[in-house]
Amino acid sequence: MEQTPNVKASLEQQTEAARSAERRTFLVRAAAALVGLVALVVVVDVLTHGNFLTAGNLTNVLRQITYNAILAVGQTFVIITAGIDLSVGSLIELTGVVMATFANAMPFGGFGLIVATLCVGLAVGCGAGFVNAVPVVRLNLPPFITTLAMMLMARGLAFKLAHGQPVPVRSDAFESIGTGYVLSGLMAPLHLPGIPIAVLWMAAIFIVFGVLLARTRFGRYVYAIGGNEEAARLAGINVAAVKTAVYMISGGCAAVSGLLLMSRFSSGSPQTGIGTELQSIAAVVVGGTSLMGGRGAIVGTFLGALLIGVLNNVMNLIGIESYTQDIVLGVVILLAVVLDELRKRYLAR
Amino acid sequence: MSGQTGDPLLSMRGIVKAFPGVRALDGVSFDVYAGEVHALVGENGAGKSTLMKVLAGAYRADEGEIFVDGKPVVIDGPRAAEALGIGMIYQEFSLVPDLGAVENIVLGQEPMRGPFVDGVAAAKSAAAVLGDLGIALPFDRPVRRMSVAQQQTIEICKSLVRKARLIVMDEPTAALTDREIEALFGLIKRLQAQGVAFVYISHRLEELPQIADRITVLRDGRAIETRPIAQMPRDELIHLMVGRPLDAHFPDLPPVAADAPVVLRVRGLSAATHVRDVSFDVRAGEIVGLAGLVGAGRTEIVRAIAGADVPTAGEVDVAGKRILVRGPHSAIEAGIALIPEDRKAQGLVLGMTVRENTTLAHLDAYSPGGFVDRKAEERVTHEEIEELRIRTPGAEQIARNLSGGNQQKIVLAKWLIGDAKVYLFDEPTRGIDVGAKAEIYALMLELLGCGAAIVMVSSELPEVLGMSHRLLVIRDGAIGGELSRAEATPDRVIAIATGVAA
Repeated sequence: MEQTPNVKASLEQQTEAARSAERRTFLVRAAAALVGLVALVVVVDVLTHGNFLTAGNLTNVLRQITYNAILAVGQTFVIITAGIDLSVGSLIELTGVVMATFANAMPFGGFGLIVATLCVGLAVGCGAGFVNAVPVVRLNLPPFITTLAMMLMARGLAFKLAHGQPVPVRSDAFESIGTGYVLSGLMAPLHLPGIPIAVLWMAAIFIVFGVLLARTRFGRYVYAIGGNEEAARLAGINVAAVKTAVYMISGGCAAVSGLLLMSRFSSGSPQTGIGTELQSIAAVVVGGTSLMGGRGAIVGTFLGALLIGVLNNVMNLIGIESYTQDIVLGVVILLAVVLDELRKRYLAR
Repeated sequence: MSGQTGDPLLSMRGIVKAFPGVRALDGVSFDVYAGEVHALVGENGAGKSTLMKVLAGAYRADEGEIFVDGKPVVIDGPRAAEALGIGMIYQEFSLVPDLGAVENIVLGQEPMRGPFVDGVAAAKSAAAVLGDLGIALPFDRPVRRMSVAQQQTIEICKSLVRKARLIVMDEPTAALTDREIEALFGLIKRLQAQGVAFVYISHRLEELPQIADRITVLRDGRAIETRPIAQMPRDELIHLMVGRPLDAHFPDLPPVAADAPVVLRVRGLSAATHVRDVSFDVRAGEIVGLAGLVGAGRTEIVRAIAGADVPTAGEVDVAGKRILVRGPHSAIEAGIALIPEDRKAQGLVLGMTVRENTTLAHLDAYSPGGFVDRKAEERVTHEEIEELRIRTPGAEQIARNLSGGNQQKIVLAKWLIGDAKVYLFDEPTRGIDVGAKAEIYALMLELLGCGAAIVMVSSELPEVLGMSHRLLVIRDGAIGGELSRAEATPDRVIAIATGVAA
């Protein structure tokens, strides 16, 4: 067929147009979100008598969401492949207990100890992710079941290892991660101690995994598997390897979350993770990722985790008791998902 | 045949049903008398299933009338069909696998005692039906643990409990052993004696004289002939089924060069998916067609070659090099491209864009260092959109939003960018319009010109005859016979495929 320059040019134009339309939609949505956010903040600030909109409180919100947001990053990968990972909450506990025990047994401290401890935690987390994945990719078992089993096993193991008690961390090497700040000088005029180091960890993880998902071959395969696993397999994609990697990423994220929590509370506790697996799923889904797989993005997950964090924070500031908080949170999650679905249907018309 | 006098039990008059791009039923008239077994035959796509779905209330006819006992009726849903005494037994049974025989037979018709199901009455009514027929069924196990024949009997009983007077059976013997078939025929004859009528759809032409009274041949959405089975010799029947001149829109196939090398060599290929000891060669510039009935194993053969199902035995060589088929990846690396039967389920990620689908199987080439080069993807996608005339607003269109023909072209684009040596086309033109069909044929010729070898599976006889240098007729997972282009006639293909002649 003739390669008419006209056709080619027009195709390029159309693709360019599609791309700028995409950009426009994104900008419009971002602007809308911003306006909504500002309005919300004003309302919230009034409700909380000015306690919400302080630099200190906002920093606090960011630090509070760190653990859940990092879990949700791994969860996003799993959910885009149309899977689910219920084990991440217990894995926070198991990795926390293992890391605390390990750190206590080491004769050295400082940065070396942090690196070694993290490696041990990652080995446990990724290893558990691997165990989660094997029955899923080999026997085609539902991940709901395999990760549910891991959830029970990891929690039980954490309790046994810790003898039912939090394991206090003796080394002070982790203090900086847990409670330290950077850029303190810069933040001083804002009456802030600086940016929490844990928040930096979160930012780094979001950037690295955001790029991995959106820009790499691996990320494309993750979407393809979630969109149509059989078509992906017939295209020569090693579905088993990609899925296994995804569960290992999820387990690894749980380990990082476990390290940060352990550092924050100077102990590895077998109880800190209860319910967090569901919180992480909520963040992913509120962030617009489809539980049916094939669709979603890391940015959305961050916004989802942020929304849930802000909500919790505000309710605490207003003094709403915790049962009511659960109800409100449930309603908001449902609303967010319903609204997202309605928006998609509107766009699809 | 009883009751040929008077009104037929069922009369369908001038039924028309059109789908976008195809007139599936083009004025079909069809009568069934009480106590008659009426065979309905025709090629794949002749309109048998559509006609029966109209009868069952699954489709509404665009035009035409249906009479039951001489009275006009409207069948606007499955319940209406049931109320008129019409029972359907599809190839895929509609039983609840975890319930037992009795529960399935009375499903939806459970005798009640107050708010509770009356188990005793249910068992009685099921037993009554079974007793009438003199058959026994195990009552103590779920249906999933019964044989296909037992499940089929339950389907028949289900219809009878609903007072069916006409039972439609679609390929009832496809999965039965000879003994089970005998038992089924006995059952049909007993019911026939009680006045129940059957519409009997089958590709197994050799069994029709044993069971049917009359036969109607459908072709291209028309009922072209109805007569008593005794007056329908097999040869004539085959001719009636396929006897249209080949459609004129097939391009001329260039002859295969005498010294063309063998590109695909398959020896002793077997797979757990019903592929048995298949051996054949395809040379550069040659199209080998795989013909045969649905379920004969054609798709399974190409899937095994492409590694979609892993073969259990056999050798596959591409361009003289042995390949170890352990999955799609190894076949793709060797230059084998499978354009699968069901593009929506197997060929495309519908929620992804044209660009993402195009590069999916060769993403390595577009992601140096692991990072996807979107510009390069766009370039190649634009080339393919032009080359294949994919009608899409651009590379960023979501595949789901394109028409069937254009979706099929994306599947082709996905393999064309990889320069494969062997192309396995499985039903390449199913459900796509005539224009796109012609473009796909033209593309196949272009591939031949580049030295590719092509294997094509098609259920459309004219297509497989018109677009193949050689034909392999597949029967029961193995090659039933090979026909050169000169030898291949529809009658011979059907004869081999149905086991009438070797």
